Amino acid sequence: MSPLVAVLYIVGIMAVFGSAFALTTIAERKTLGRMQNRFGPNRVGPFGILQPMADAVKMLTKEDIVPSSADKLLHFIAPLVLTTPVWLNFAVLPFGDHVVAARFDAGLLFFFAISAASELAVFMAGWSSQNKYSLLGAMRAIAQMISYEVPLVLSTVTVVMMAGSLSLTDIVDAQSSYAFGWLARWNLFTPWGLAGFGLFLIAATAESNRSPFDLPEGESEIIAGYLTEYSGFKYALFFLGEYLGLFAVTGLGVTLFLGGWHAPVKALAWAPSIFWFAAKFAALIFVFIWARATLPRLRLDQLLAFAWRFLVPLTLINIAAAAAWHYSAWWGFQGAMATRWVLCAAIIGFPYVWLGRSLRGGSPALRKYTYAE
Amino acid sequence: MLGSGIIRGFIETARNFAGSYCSRERLTTIQYPEERLAQPESARIMPFLVFDGADPKAGLRCTACTICEQECPPQCIYIIKDAVKKPDHIGKMQMQPKVFDIDISVCMGCGICAEVCPFDSIKMDQVFELSSGERFNTFLLHKEQLAKPNEYFRKLHPSDAAETDARRAEDKIKAEAKARAAAAAAAAPKPPSSPKPGPPPKVPAPVPEHAEVAT
Amino acid sequence: MLSNLPFLSCAVLTLLAAIAAMTLRNLVHCALCAAASFAGLAAIYLQLNAEFVGFAQILVYVGAVAILIVFTILLTHGSDVKAGEPVRSSSLWTGLGVAAVVLSALVAPITRSASLWLLPSANPQAPVAAIGRVLMTQYVLPLETIGLLLTAALLGGVVIAMREKPARKTPTKPSRAPSRELSHAA
Repeated sequence: MSPLVAVLYIVGIMAVFGSAFALTTIAERKTLGRMQNRFGPNRVGPFGILQPMADAVKMLTKEDIVPSSADKLLHFIAPLVLTTPVWLNFAVLPFGDHVVAARFDAGLLFFFAISAASELAVFMAGWSSQNKYSLLGAMRAIAQMISYEVPLVLSTVTVVMMAGSLSLTDIVDAQSSYAFGWLARWNLFTPWGLAGFGLFLIAATAESNRSPFDLPEGESEIIAGYLTEYSGFKYALFFLGEYLGLFAVTGLGVTLFLGGWHAPVKALAWAPSIFWFAAKFAALIFVFIWARATLPRLRLDQLLAFAWRFLVPLTLINIAAAAAWHYSAWWGFQGAMATRWVLCAAIIGFPYVWLGRSLRGGSPALRKYTYAE
Repeated sequence: MLGSGIIRGFIETARNFAGSYCSRERLTTIQYPEERLAQPESARIMPFLVFDGADPKAGLRCTACTICEQECPPQCIYIIKDAVKKPDHIGKMQMQPKVFDIDISVCMGCGICAEVCPFDSIKMDQVFELSSGERFNTFLLHKEQLAKPNEYFRKLHPSDAAETDARRAEDKIKAEAKARAAAAAAAAPKPPSSPKPGPPPKVPAPVPEHAEVAT
Repeated sequence: MLSNLPFLSCAVLTLLAAIAAMTLRNLVHCALCAAASFAGLAAIYLQLNAEFVGFAQILVYVGAVAILIVFTILLTHGSDVKAGEPVRSSSLWTGLGVAAVVLSALVAPITRSASLWLLPSANPQAPVAAIGRVLMTQYVLPLETIGLLLTAALLGGVVIAMREKPARKTPTKPSRAPSRELSHAA
């Protein structure tokens, strides 16, 4: 593509997702507030809409404190190493019809490679602060991120299998037709897609260090984890990097499971494709905020056990269910669709229930307080 | 089943979110200082002195008996009696305070002074926005700053004020009846044994006057 | 020369990072420089239009192996050990000789191979679908063997990290009051 178009893409992505970052911070605070029976911030502008400006001024004018025993170079580089690769993630996401910055044959692999590359920055941040809370937080963060990469990647394997390509534009194209003449063939509307989407959402929440998986930066637990020694603009950069990672993985979820830029019903396909992408994106961000308002934080051992002993087996079983769906596609008898749905749902559902039961460890016995009786 | 509790949690927060736009019950925030919670009748912050009528000096109920000064636990009340006496609501001459100071930075809002006052003259106020920019001069309140009219007392503590007003009116009626009986007895020829006057009447409020100046 | 500039800069960066990884005093700095050299290698792969290998290099090496190295350093307190005097080995010349032999054994086939003269093409010669097909048909045996090897490594890791069952003489009774339980805790 010509350099002009490339520059337009770069500027566009940075402008759009930069302002999306600002909007998301205020939307999140207000939505969290409403879900917690209170107003969000509503003092700065009308309905608090200028709150991100106030936050920006605060972050920029804060003193940049670097601990005297910290590793100066690593402490300085860590926010940059975190934030810079995250912008690359947006290059492969198809935002609309023929609106994609880079068409890679292995676009999905590129996406996951970049997500993995930014994990090293977390370690750099935690270690360079020479602070035991930071180091502990960094190690927990990396353990969590590595553990949840496996279900994240495995849950997308089903989509790749069914679309037959790692290229994100091909995956969106595979969801382009409309079943029954009106309902879109999103991957969400298949049993393996539904289960895969759920698993993807859980793994994505954990990858972005969001509640209920926000133990690394647990605000009430470990001071601020690997962010403890960062103040001012560097903290803002970490914040930005985290939210951009969230946007990237949300965009990926929309692309893989929600049909990318396709409209949900054929009647509404006249609206511009970027609008549909943005609408689904906003809905998914709302789901993330909703999860943050609802669920308590998981402890580290619960977190890791959940990843390795529950999510990974389920994603593998999901692959088997997708295979069953694919190989039963030639069934043409009456009620074939319902049978396929029931079969795939059973393939996923029975292990889900059984794993859920066996991993719960039974309800805790009633405590007996000998001295209180 | 695994996940049922999570679904229930999501439904609850969704109801909170949706309900916060419709019902007050789901959005319980009071945006101080634009909105204020109404305080219950028995709320107490610091004391004030009640006066009847329009003149704070003449209508002040306080008779400088110093019971509140003695009962106050942190001893924040300072009273100096005046030599001049003034009549109370039934006409009996009572003492009055020349100086009545309360240090509200010491006052702990216990309300004991209001409980023990026999003349219903010191009651608990509900003003709490008392912060000041100066450190020394603003927290020692004098008699003039503490005196507030009976209408204010009625607005703050309706049932208490109603009971007090009723009692003072009753006492005033009894005192007037007694005065008429004494005047009639003085006008009539003196019988050998004159009936003893009863115990000194309590101090009722002159309610009929207030009925005219009612809000 | 100018057309080789991307390759030359990547190569120089990779070599510098590798040398730094060997010579720096601080062990964590060495690990991070090793990660930088991995990234440089990935850049070289991408310049050769080998998309899959390049992205896989980043995903596996920078994303997992570097973190593994870093974790190892942290868990074994390697960062506490300060680099002291350079070690003078008694078999220095023998070591140098063996290193020279190994280097020549590696360099000789590379210089004689025919793929040195291949030019990179604009379209990737190895689209991912083709790689997948070949992996599943022609090279399925090495693939499965690597899978077995990785499983063995995983099991080994789990065995090493597994805590041994503690041998307790007096089992803690959960029905007792908490204070007594604390005194009995092993």
